[in-house]
Amino acid sequence: MAMQIADSVSLSVSDAKARAAAARDNLRTEPRAVRIVIIALAVTFLTVFVVLPLVVVFAHAFSKGILAYLAALAEPEALAAIRLTLLVAAISVGLNLVFGLVAAWAIAKFDFPGKTFLITLIDLPFSVSPVISGLVFVLLFGAQGYFGGWLRDHDIQILFAVPGIALATTFVTFPFVARALIPLMQEQGTQEEEAAISLGASGLQTFFRVTLPNIKWGVLYGVLLCNARAMGEFGAVSVVSGHIRGETNTMPLLVEILYNEYHFVAAFAIASLLAMLALITLIAKTVLERHLDEGYAGDH
Amino acid sequence: MSAIAARRRTLPGFGLTMGLTLSWLSVMILIPLAGLFLKSLELSPEQFWNILSSRRTLNALRVSFGLAFAAACINLVMGSIIVWALVRYRFPGRRLFDAIVDVPFALPTAVAGVALTALFAEKGWLGAPLAALGIKVAFTPVGIFVAMIFIGIPFVVRTVQPVLQDLDPEIEEAAGSLGANRWQTITRVILPSLAPALLTGLALAFARAVGEYGSVIFIAGNLPNVSEIAPLLIVIRLSEFRYADATAIAVVMLVVSFVVILAVNRLQRWAQSRVPAR
Amino acid sequence: MTIEVRNLVKTFGSFKALDGVDLKVDSGELVALLGPSGSGKTTLLRIVAGLDWPDAGEVLINGEDALAQGARERHVGFVFQHYALFRHMTVFENVAFGLRVQPRVVRKDEAAIRARVKELLDLVQLDWLSDRYPSQLSGGQRQRIALARALAIEPRILLLDEPFGALDAKVRKELRKWLRSLHHEINVTSIFVTHDQEEALEVANRVVVMDKGRIEQIGSPDDVYESPASAFVHGFIGESIELPVRVEGGVIRLGGRPLALAADGLAPGASRLFVRRHDMLVGPPGSGAFEGIVHHVRNFGPVQRAEVALSDGKTIEIDAPRDKELRAGDTIGLEPRRYRIFAG
Repeated sequence: MAMQIADSVSLSVSDAKARAAAARDNLRTEPRAVRIVIIALAVTFLTVFVVLPLVVVFAHAFSKGILAYLAALAEPEALAAIRLTLLVAAISVGLNLVFGLVAAWAIAKFDFPGKTFLITLIDLPFSVSPVISGLVFVLLFGAQGYFGGWLRDHDIQILFAVPGIALATTFVTFPFVARALIPLMQEQGTQEEEAAISLGASGLQTFFRVTLPNIKWGVLYGVLLCNARAMGEFGAVSVVSGHIRGETNTMPLLVEILYNEYHFVAAFAIASLLAMLALITLIAKTVLERHLDEGYAGDH
Repeated sequence: MSAIAARRRTLPGFGLTMGLTLSWLSVMILIPLAGLFLKSLELSPEQFWNILSSRRTLNALRVSFGLAFAAACINLVMGSIIVWALVRYRFPGRRLFDAIVDVPFALPTAVAGVALTALFAEKGWLGAPLAALGIKVAFTPVGIFVAMIFIGIPFVVRTVQPVLQDLDPEIEEAAGSLGANRWQTITRVILPSLAPALLTGLALAFARAVGEYGSVIFIAGNLPNVSEIAPLLIVIRLSEFRYADATAIAVVMLVVSFVVILAVNRLQRWAQSRVPAR
Repeated sequence: MTIEVRNLVKTFGSFKALDGVDLKVDSGELVALLGPSGSGKTTLLRIVAGLDWPDAGEVLINGEDALAQGARERHVGFVFQHYALFRHMTVFENVAFGLRVQPRVVRKDEAAIRARVKELLDLVQLDWLSDRYPSQLSGGQRQRIALARALAIEPRILLLDEPFGALDAKVRKELRKWLRSLHHEINVTSIFVTHDQEEALEVANRVVVMDKGRIEQIGSPDDVYESPASAFVHGFIGESIELPVRVEGGVIRLGGRPLALAADGLAPGASRLFVRRHDMLVGPPGSGAFEGIVHHVRNFGPVQRAEVALSDGKTIEIDAPRDKELRAGDTIGLEPRRYRIFAG
């Protein structure tokens, strides 16, 4: 008898627990059918709009076999485009890295009026159409541009040459490094730097021994995204490049030319390299974000 | 006392870094953009108006802005669904799908353009079944729409996701304990909390789609007045050496982008003002 | 090393953080800056360290104009509230930092640096942690490493900003004793900032009480507790009963009723009467300056704390010895053993 009571008590206790858990779940989630529909919608949408386009690139690139693929990449035109893309990315990333570090130091470590406005200005290129980013340099350096006459007189070629491509690319990738560093450095504050200074370190010693080690993942993150965009930029570069074969075609521009000439395998072969760059960038980004979260968490 | 007058800053390098920042910003960004506006001032208001009110320009702007807005709306709805699934549910492949949301950010636009075209062309994997249903995507305005949806996905997802993640679970429990059913909790408590982020995502997706070039031109068909986007018209005018036309269209698009940035800044201030003080 | 500040003024926007502060610290002293948050104590400390700059005034370290030097040249040891340990460096490298960044001509060689760091880690009794990173340490350990790091440069003076602020109560108490004995050992002129009166009274030789950017009182721990110089100090240090009174014609009135308390030398007008809780002596009804009804009694360690409604309606809390029998509903007389009256 006593045992029966004990049983029923424990039963009702676990019942109550289960009901409480179910009730709590009910407050914060939806019926199973709704959940399945939502997941199915999300997965289908992402598959159609993101996964399939990626798969298509590789399917077309290898549609005539691996030899045709490799042959397309070994074309002199393709190699020239790869070289130019690497060169331009190196210039743009280098310039924006130095700028990003300098700007982030000024913005994150000091207080001054108009800071928000300055950040908005640095962000501007994000909201300018790539075509317009190219156009502004045509208006400055083109034959009819503000400096066009002067450049012609001094025989300096900017447009339809590497300097123009590098300029346009630097313009569109301008904010990446600075934007990766400013919030990180603001979050980390100035205490460690103040400590270093009060211990007798110089400004450069403070930057290289204290600040830089603390933001290294942020720097890598900014460089990574900056590089991906620099190598993949199409619209801005298309406007300033002049499409001179073997000379001013970057990889994305070559994709367009080959595609328009119906060299589909070659076009998709180059495209597949760029797609791989994007995928590697994303993987590296995911890894870096984990490190960055630690940097943000700090150890206060 | 002179040391005080200088109001020294503790950390060194402010003057130098700020000077470099402003100089480089001016040279790289502000002067080129100012040049564009200066160029447009060379046009008389009448010339400016004539360029913009020409049928082809109007149609290009209509196609760009109209389809960009429609695509941003689709992104708003589908982006919310994706965020909800990624944040609230556990399903196989969730982390993978979370990661690939960024593909449209990272994939060069030209690659996206040729890939979408191949996919939706009449003989493509998706184009063929759609064609059988009588829907033509590639080389029509629908193609532009599809490309704009593609590039807008990450904007909504990545602005809304952190906000939903940080949403205090207690507010939902509070709503439930006060007798709200799930639908009421979502529409009256959660959605209003997400509103600034949703609108920001919408604005960002719209701004990106309006200016988009690479992923659109391959699939668009580029038929004047029908499937020709404004950025392409700028490129065409440039290649015809009609710089005035290109400049006028560019100025209109830039002004719209700036208005969108202002709106986004306002939205963010609004969102911040609603974060309760801790 | 002496520290002297004269007429220091510092504003942040419209907020006056320091409003004409004068202070002199003698060689070898351990001084506490005590005050509520926003009283300007941390600003004062940071200005002495060269981490902030005043709008006006002078800072002299050992008689020399410190404002002519940046933080880097001042040779001041500063311990930050949140320690500001370099998170990517080991404990050893943190402590060694100040030695490694010295100009090459005066820099010690590696062996000497190692020896010095070891000595400092021994001093703070954390030699065994030298290979750890700051994130692997407890709060108290970080605090001591931050101190060792500041001492590594053989600072002329030592400044500590809320040194125990981020620690839990037990560790705080241990570290207080430790800091006092460490100061005794190294005898560096030191200033520390705290908002905790117990900490200030227990550790410091002298206490500087600050409020709203001004110094309210400077004195020994006994001075500031036993003879507060202002209403603020009386209210801030120790637990006080505060009653609004009027001084009129040599009489102190509470709510119009005259109190049997001496009013010699008091300026007429609205004033505030302060009495320590344990200085209110309980007697039979009608026996003291006040009369009231006990509402509530609770034992509180060695004393009993009673809530008493005075006859004019104001409720106060007093601490009475446990042997005194007090019950709710009793009418009692109250006589302040000691009291102070401040105008205003």
